[in-house]
Amino acid sequence: MNTPEATPRPGATPRPGATPRPGATSRPATGFAARGADRRPPLILLVPACAAALFALLPLGYLAVRALERGPAFAWKVVADERTLHLLGRSLGLTAVVVVACGVLGVSMAWLTVRTALPGARAWSIATTLPLAVPSYVAAFTWLSAEPDLAGFGGAALALTLVSFPYVQLPVAAALRGIDPAQEEAARSLGHGPLRTFLRVTLPQLRPAAAGGALLVALYVLSDFGAVSLMRYDTFTRAIHTSYRASFDRTPAAALSVVLVVMTVALVAAEARTRGRAGHARTGGGTARPAAPVPLGRWKSLALLWCGAVVAVAVAFPLGTLGYWLTVGSSATWDLGGLTETAWATLGVAAAGAALTTALALPVGVIAARHRGRGARLLEQAAYAGHALPGITVALSLVFFAVRYAYPLYQRLPLLVCAYAVLFLPIAVAATRAAVLQAPPVLDDVARSLGRRPWQVLREVTVPLAAPGVAAGAALTFVVCMKELPATLLLRPTGMDTLATRLWTETGAGSFAAAAPYAAALILLAAVPSYLLGRHRT
Amino acid sequence: MPRPLAGRITALLAAGLLLPALAACGSDDNDGSGSGGDGDAALVIYSGRNEKLVKPILDQLEKAVGADVEVRYGDSAELAAQILEEGDRTKAGLFFSQDAGALGALSREGMLAKLPQATLDKVDKAYRSGEGDWVGLSGRVRVIAYNPDDVAADEVPDSVHDVVKPEWKGKVGFAPTNASFQAFVTGMRVLEGDDATRTWLEDLKANGAKTYANNLATLDAVEAGEVSLGLVNHYYWYERVAEKGEDEVDAKLHFLPGGDPGALINVAGAGILADSGEQNATARKAVDYLLSEKAQTYFADTTKEYPLAAGVTSTVEGLPPFESLESPDIDLGRLESLQETLAMLQDVGLV
Repeated sequence: MNTPEATPRPGATPRPGATPRPGATSRPATGFAARGADRRPPLILLVPACAAALFALLPLGYLAVRALERGPAFAWKVVADERTLHLLGRSLGLTAVVVVACGVLGVSMAWLTVRTALPGARAWSIATTLPLAVPSYVAAFTWLSAEPDLAGFGGAALALTLVSFPYVQLPVAAALRGIDPAQEEAARSLGHGPLRTFLRVTLPQLRPAAAGGALLVALYVLSDFGAVSLMRYDTFTRAIHTSYRASFDRTPAAALSVVLVVMTVALVAAEARTRGRAGHARTGGGTARPAAPVPLGRWKSLALLWCGAVVAVAVAFPLGTLGYWLTVGSSATWDLGGLTETAWATLGVAAAGAALTTALALPVGVIAARHRGRGARLLEQAAYAGHALPGITVALSLVFFAVRYAYPLYQRLPLLVCAYAVLFLPIAVAATRAAVLQAPPVLDDVARSLGRRPWQVLREVTVPLAAPGVAAGAALTFVVCMKELPATLLLRPTGMDTLATRLWTETGAGSFAAAAPYAAALILLAAVPSYLLGRHRT
Repeated sequence: MPRPLAGRITALLAAGLLLPALAACGSDDNDGSGSGGDGDAALVIYSGRNEKLVKPILDQLEKAVGADVEVRYGDSAELAAQILEEGDRTKAGLFFSQDAGALGALSREGMLAKLPQATLDKVDKAYRSGEGDWVGLSGRVRVIAYNPDDVAADEVPDSVHDVVKPEWKGKVGFAPTNASFQAFVTGMRVLEGDDATRTWLEDLKANGAKTYANNLATLDAVEAGEVSLGLVNHYYWYERVAEKGEDEVDAKLHFLPGGDPGALINVAGAGILADSGEQNATARKAVDYLLSEKAQTYFADTTKEYPLAAGVTSTVEGLPPFESLESPDIDLGRLESLQETLAMLQDVGLV
């Protein structure tokens, strides 16, 4: 659509195509004016971004319908219960501990692998990305089978930390590579030691990346059911599940879910505040230059020990346990045909899920990175709205809408793919936003001043510059789609299986050895994109 | 350089976009539930029972009813929630539930059709719906699993009331969120009243009983010596023995005597959806097949449950005969007051 007159764009060159790229004459004027006009995202971004946001808000619509089914008084009674507060405390406590632990693990691993002379840094960075491939229920199960006493808060915190610290590590590592080393060098030249330099100069610059990762970790912990349920630690999500399962009554569950949504909004707002006005992009004249690796000296063995310990507990341990089941259990059967078929189906839906999620996240992420103001913030928050909800809630909301408004799609693959998009939109949005932030906005302005239309700027400048980061986000989404269970169970086409649902079937029948090949396949396949993410250098 | 990554991921995603399209083509042919086909309409079964356990018998069922049968496996409670959310547009013709509670929930909402009296009469009144809209297919009994390293066989309590005594402090495991446990608590409420049940639950908690995610985890805890006693369903132990071999399983089972509430018999069962339309006739045949001698023998031999119809008796080694069980006399239809049980469990702080 051509709406050149709709927005007054001072100094804009006439319609594209009508004039053969004059550029030069109007460049300075446009350059300044465009920064002002930037406050309003172009329609080419706004329309799809709003569509994505509406899409992400579907579960909220459903929750409103269900929670208010018996009147606001009933919903309030559920929410205002003393137990709700108690569970809220437990959930937030677990979230806080996991976020802090992930922060320590993620930042330390990112720094060691990116900025120091750590031997085998690259291999370590890949190995420490692999835990992403381990579903929380598998992690919890493996730990529990080895050490039953872990059950409870400690076990839940351990399992969740070990599978989610890469959410912090990946963005922090990317930020570390993007930071101009000149500031650190200046600090060193002023006599600061390496630790002081890290704490005073480097760490503040990592804050936005770390906070973004921490937000994803927090939302993951709030929505997780597998690990907390196996570890028998009662959280909000577990209470929602109990409510569905013990009473078949969707009203209390919906009312409790609304509380999770409120919590999500609060967390997203808190993260936005932490993020502040920090910009990633290097707008100065300096060229990108890799920082000189920090020599570890006598700390080298300690650093290696730390990395080794992290990889041992987060990667080697679950894989070792699966290997053990495979060798001891009598129910271990290698149905290679079934395994291959399931693996292909899993790859297919996960890839489609990642593609749709990325496409929906792109406009939201660009707006979030490039535009300030309430509208942009609302869009981003809307995209996060469903992320802390348990999968079953999101799945039931899609059942609700599909049965009423899209019946032909019901229990078909497109709907399952949509569920993945609703569930994982924030992951792709966060990646896109971070990637776009690293592309200097001045390049957009230059392109505009050269007479490019907004969509051309997007296609020729913004997206290509952000592509690696967006692709990384897509890979991450791909991994989480592969592991998804509750929504897949309710929305998959009848007869279709993913590795996660097979795993669920086998462990549900108590055949742990039979489950092991599916768990191993899931981890190995999810390890491929994780590996690419770990190798990925911006 | 970033390019290779982006390129590879693009290729992956493109492949992924094609795959579901292909898969969708493949599944088109058996999606005729809306339009109906020749002869009997295809039947969609929502099975809350695990695929590993029931797929063989459902494959047999497909041959027996002479129509295409599609089975959608899931969790009983979640499938019940899904059917409630689907309402009259549900794709399910038959709901095969792991427990009576989920069937009761659908029955309450008027989503199940009345079954023919001849079908209902195959099963003892105690194990079917009072409304005549679902029927039990196999029975499972609550037992106490114990670890013989910690407890001698003759020291295992004969009543759940004994496990709250001081000598079992911190030594009992159970699964408060498990449907079978909740059905048992509901049974206790029906048998002994709310006050007595609440006291028992409070005593259980005060006695340091440990909570687990499900029966299997509880059994594992007994096996590992983490607790000495576990309140579970009988067949988990027999399945575990089938998985690992009897020598590898240390835990033993104790069947409670004297009509103790801890010896409640619950059922897995099936109901036909009221809105099943043309699937209805096939669904009726399916229920009759599941009550046939062949299917009942399957439940006895394979899932180690008690057959409920057609005079079939279990042949599982070491399993006490059904008639010998001294279960409490209770109307399963009265187990529907799960809401109150849940509220009580929440009040006591167990879920």
